[in-house]
Amino acid sequence: MRVSRGERATNYVILVAFAVFALWPILGVVVAALGPDDAAGGTVGAGVLGLHPENFVTAWNEGRFGSYLRTSLFVSSTVVVVSVLFSLLAGYALGTMRFRGATVLFYVFLVGIMMPSEAVLVPLYYDLRALGLTDTIWALLLPQVAQSVAFGTFWMRAWFRSANRSVIEAARLDGASTWRILWQVLVPLARPAVVTLTVLTFMWTWNEFLVPLVMVVSESLRTAPLGLAFFQGQYTQGFTLLAAGACIVATPVVVLYLFLQRHFIAGMLEGAVRE
Amino acid sequence: MSDTATAAPSRPRTPEGTRRRRRGGPPGEPRAVGWLYVLPALLVYAAFLLYPLLRAVQISLYDWNGNTLATWAGLDNYVEVVGDPALRASFGHALVLIAFYALLPLVVGLVLAAILGRAKVRGLGFFRTVVFLPQVVAMVVIAVAWRRMYAPDGSINDLLSAIGLDALTRGWLGDYTAALPAVGLIGTWFEIGLVTVLLLAGMGKIPTELYEAARLDGAGAVREFFAVTLPALRGEIAVALTLTVIAALRTFDLVYVTTRGGPGTSTSVPSYEVYNRAFQQGRVGSAAAIAVVLTVIIFAISFGITRIAERER
Repeated sequence: MRVSRGERATNYVILVAFAVFALWPILGVVVAALGPDDAAGGTVGAGVLGLHPENFVTAWNEGRFGSYLRTSLFVSSTVVVVSVLFSLLAGYALGTMRFRGATVLFYVFLVGIMMPSEAVLVPLYYDLRALGLTDTIWALLLPQVAQSVAFGTFWMRAWFRSANRSVIEAARLDGASTWRILWQVLVPLARPAVVTLTVLTFMWTWNEFLVPLVMVVSESLRTAPLGLAFFQGQYTQGFTLLAAGACIVATPVVVLYLFLQRHFIAGMLEGAVRE
Repeated sequence: MSDTATAAPSRPRTPEGTRRRRRGGPPGEPRAVGWLYVLPALLVYAAFLLYPLLRAVQISLYDWNGNTLATWAGLDNYVEVVGDPALRASFGHALVLIAFYALLPLVVGLVLAAILGRAKVRGLGFFRTVVFLPQVVAMVVIAVAWRRMYAPDGSINDLLSAIGLDALTRGWLGDYTAALPAVGLIGTWFEIGLVTVLLLAGMGKIPTELYEAARLDGAGAVREFFAVTLPALRGEIAVALTLTVIAALRTFDLVYVTTRGGPGTSTSVPSYEVYNRAFQQGRVGSAAAIAVVLTVIIFAISFGITRIAERER
């Protein structure tokens, strides 16, 4: 559509203004993390180009972010592998097979997408405590697998439903079992949907705060966001090291986002649109 | 297993329904094997989401401190949700947050999408990437960043001083009247990108003929927006509202890291009350009741908005 030069100029002004608004807080943290350490009384003598990347080393050691990142990486990858596998199986059945109770099952999983984790975390904590499972890795993994499986089943079911039925029927006529049809025919075709699901599950698990906050006391089981919140509580002098810690916690997902942004945006928009 | 499917076509046709559960039957027939595929997901999901939800309802009917024996309380905990001014206030705060999380981003998103949809703009991909970025940053990181900006010597006050509004400067998160809007504004910042990108995707699906027809009828930019763009985006608006309203009602990390409900209880929200009562004050029954009420509200809103969007279509 043709628009006047004035309107075009206004468009760019508005775009730039909102881009700055979106980036400002994030850039503020990055700049603070690279500045001179304000708590150490300003270590004079600028580093490389006036930047102080050594802040990250200090924050890493003082804040024990190495340990938090290890926990987060283990929890996120385990939740991703288990929940994507389970979601593939359940989504396949609900999307391609007709069996008694399939519709009810679908609505049961749908409830889980809307359910706020606040609602289940209180009973879950006390029940897991009775089983001696709080403050173990299981208390971090199992609730998050359950949450991810609800969305994942919904997501994979939508994909399998839209998959070409004639492919499935042809494979069946060739004598393939349901198991082989899933792994040798459908999963290779479903790769984009699986990548998107993997990326979203990884992000949601990595960024999760409430589950680790409630379930875990030991420092060795703290995830990265939880570690950052505790670091903020304990480390009150200055902002530099806190900012460096914040960068460390956010970077893995942000880097993933910059590489795979199509999968993030498409996944969050499509996943939101219920049928 | 592999022979059943090849053999199937040569078999004599059986009357419908008599051999429904045979493995590998003709396509479209009921297959009990589906349950085996659903089972792993269902077990984890039922044990760690569904069962706890039922337990939440059960616990909400008791007076329990988490350790000693629980005593039956009936609906007392629910009466408290309605009657206790502090709890009522926390639900009121959630309403304020809805304005900041849902309504404000929707208005801004509509304006942005309307502007961007009218003209081919260079750098749209870059813009989309940038405004969507807050969605992928951990909320704890966002809270840390904004806490710093809101500090007495933070960049918000610097900016106000620079444009001569020194009178407005304050410690934003420590101020009784300013703290809640300040927390809400973080939500606005967080959700604008999601709403805008969602609406832009919807704009892309509107046929350009509609705009050309509107132009021929002599519609200006504003009439065009209300006559063409807004009705066509109804579905996307419903989705955006559902997502952002639920996000507002679920605000926890942000409040926990920025204000812990303070100063006083001026930024306390239901999900924070759930945490606070269950894990700080030892009032587990009351916490469960708030959690159940919150869940019911979220379900009602999800269904309600979807219904309205479908009916008006």
